[in-house]
Amino acid sequence: MSEEPARSSTESSSAASSGLDFEDTALTLRLPGSDPADRKRAASTSDPAAARSPRASDAPPSPKARVVGWPPVSRNRRIALPRGKFVKVAVAGAPYQRKVDLEAYAGYDQLLAALQDKFTAHFTVRRGANEEMQLVDVVSGAEYVPTYEDNYGDWMLVGDVPWRSV
Amino acid sequence: MTYFPEEVVEHIFSFLPLHSDRNTVSLVCRVWYEVERLSRRAVFVGNCYAVRPERLVQRFPNVRTLTVKGKPHFADFNLVPPDWGGYAGPWIDAAARSCMGLEELRMKRMVVLDENLELLARSFPRFKALVLISCEGFSTDGLAAIASHCKLLRELDLQENDVDDHGPRWLSCFPDSCTSLVSLNFACIKGEVNPGALERLVARSPNLRSLRLNRSVSVDTLSKILVRTPNLEDLGTGNLTDESESYLRLSSALEKCKMLRSLSGFWDASPICVPFIYPLCHHLTGLNLSYTPTLDYSDLTKMISRCVKLQRLWVLDCISDKGLQVVASSCKDLQELRVFPSDFYVAGYSVVTEEGLVAISSGCPKLSSLLYFCHQMTNEALITVAKNCPNFIRFRLCILEPKKPDAITNQPLDEGFGAIVRECKGLRRLSISGLLTDKVFMDIGKYGKQLEMLSIAFAGDSDKGMMHVMNGCKNLRKLEIRDSPFSDVALLGNVAKYETMRSLWMSGCNVTLKGCQVLATKMPMLNVEIMNELDESSEMEENHGDPSRVDKLYVYRTTAGARNDAPDFVKIL
Repeated sequence: MSEEPARSSTESSSAASSGLDFEDTALTLRLPGSDPADRKRAASTSDPAAARSPRASDAPPSPKARVVGWPPVSRNRRIALPRGKFVKVAVAGAPYQRKVDLEAYAGYDQLLAALQDKFTAHFTVRRGANEEMQLVDVVSGAEYVPTYEDNYGDWMLVGDVPWRSV
Repeated sequence: MTYFPEEVVEHIFSFLPLHSDRNTVSLVCRVWYEVERLSRRAVFVGNCYAVRPERLVQRFPNVRTLTVKGKPHFADFNLVPPDWGGYAGPWIDAAARSCMGLEELRMKRMVVLDENLELLARSFPRFKALVLISCEGFSTDGLAAIASHCKLLRELDLQENDVDDHGPRWLSCFPDSCTSLVSLNFACIKGEVNPGALERLVARSPNLRSLRLNRSVSVDTLSKILVRTPNLEDLGTGNLTDESESYLRLSSALEKCKMLRSLSGFWDASPICVPFIYPLCHHLTGLNLSYTPTLDYSDLTKMISRCVKLQRLWVLDCISDKGLQVVASSCKDLQELRVFPSDFYVAGYSVVTEEGLVAISSGCPKLSSLLYFCHQMTNEALITVAKNCPNFIRFRLCILEPKKPDAITNQPLDEGFGAIVRECKGLRRLSISGLLTDKVFMDIGKYGKQLEMLSIAFAGDSDKGMMHVMNGCKNLRKLEIRDSPFSDVALLGNVAKYETMRSLWMSGCNVTLKGCQVLATKMPMLNVEIMNELDESSEMEENHGDPSRVDKLYVYRTTAGARNDAPDFVKIL
């Protein structure tokens, strides 16, 4: 009965939209400078020889570019929807999945602490040898590795991408 | 016809359901004018400032249903400063003096005060229905007055209003003798309601067909209510967050509602509620999940794939393109689709793109009404959609990033929207977005012959764009434009046109004070309102340093002359 590090996974339901300055590294496996849209289009375009210019805007506008009254959504809708970014968290061996609001936390440390709150029976947060926070099983001490599935179906390690672009 | 007794003429007129037809026959001769005005039961006022209320009630003293609309549409998006106007008071006052038989009042985008509701409640002994949409200015005290005094009340329908909450008392004000309710919608009320009072009210309303609760109502209370409403056709749930035990009770209560065809609410819905809705799905024709960010694509599709008779669907874009494909393969009768953004800022990956829209168009050929917020679009997709669904009556596409071009070719989206107006010959309402040149307006002017309402944002290159629309769209009633490069030339290019339209809105364009003054002088039957109020929010649009440039312009035809209730920041030329 080997003790494999169990996985807690976080599915990312939609991507970065903090409106802050945005780096191309967010939530995608690709070479720097290449455009995820090109990768997607390459499979579907009928004319591969057609010249394709890079997508006009890769980076979202900064907060100053937010326009009054845009998008045209009524006030009722704006206030009714929380600005939260809810993602599902599943822990191997836990009967229920939980949802966390990524926007409620200022960094990965806080996120891990929140996960500990929701899954207290399963793991706790401990500061590891290299100063990073780790999730360890309450009984066996084995480490849980937090991973997430990005929009392209790839499993990624939590913590590589700068928090503010999450 | 003039040799017929008036009763016969009146009887013939009763077969004319359209306001426009009744308006036309009233112009034929004096006798017909008199017969028509005294027998008119329903009056629709599309712009509350187009006619004086006293004049209207004098002409139609026997009116039973009055509908009045106030602020311009862009007020929904905070583009009209507060205190602009649209007061319900003068209308209710005038009706209270002259139209004792009033039974129904419908108001949209108006300012309604508690004292107006109190007057309303006391003035009309046969009052039956109050419908308020996107209104503001009143509190639950005003509702208490309606509940207390309208003995024959059948319908209280409050949609998307901004209501001050003064506690749950109002619902208890319906007297025990009130048993006539058919429709009750208080989804927009922010505060708690007394569950006991609600249950008792429902229990003594055997004719209740439509009930829309607010967020405060628990699953438990909902279960108790539903046992009493076997004939319910339309339900807006309260919050659906409770533990699964409550859902068992809900499930058996829902089973009794065999007539249920339309569902909404789903506030804070937990995914565990989804399976309990399954037994209803097969019969549903309407489903509104647009206030539920807590259900993701898989929860949504589990529900929607069972809704094979669905005609109207409102969802958030977290349904994703994949989810829309499920809709397309399951809901073959779909007529209206609205996909709202769950994330209001422009950044991020596409949750819903042109692919979802194309899938819907090929799976749902009956689609006639669309509101679609997305992150990207292509000409190819729009051309395909136009071919698949030539029956569009309403087509509103909002690409979240202003001036965004075709996501593949980087070209303007002129071709795509052109295809829509060309193929959809019955198109009455259109909202365009993305990168657009004057070319799209050429097509709109050429093909948009049935177009009644057009919304333009961040589009066009020159005055020619607006001119194409003004000259070509014969049935245009409402034109609203923001942040587009149209100047006095376009504004003054076809001044006679404004008399055939209800209104024109232009904000963030290049019209100047001088141009507006010329318009006002040439067309005395129009009110030309300009607003240069600074926005209170920190997101100020840049004024290009030209003091004569008009920030916001609202032009409308009127028989009432300049209004006397305009605030300081509105200048009427």
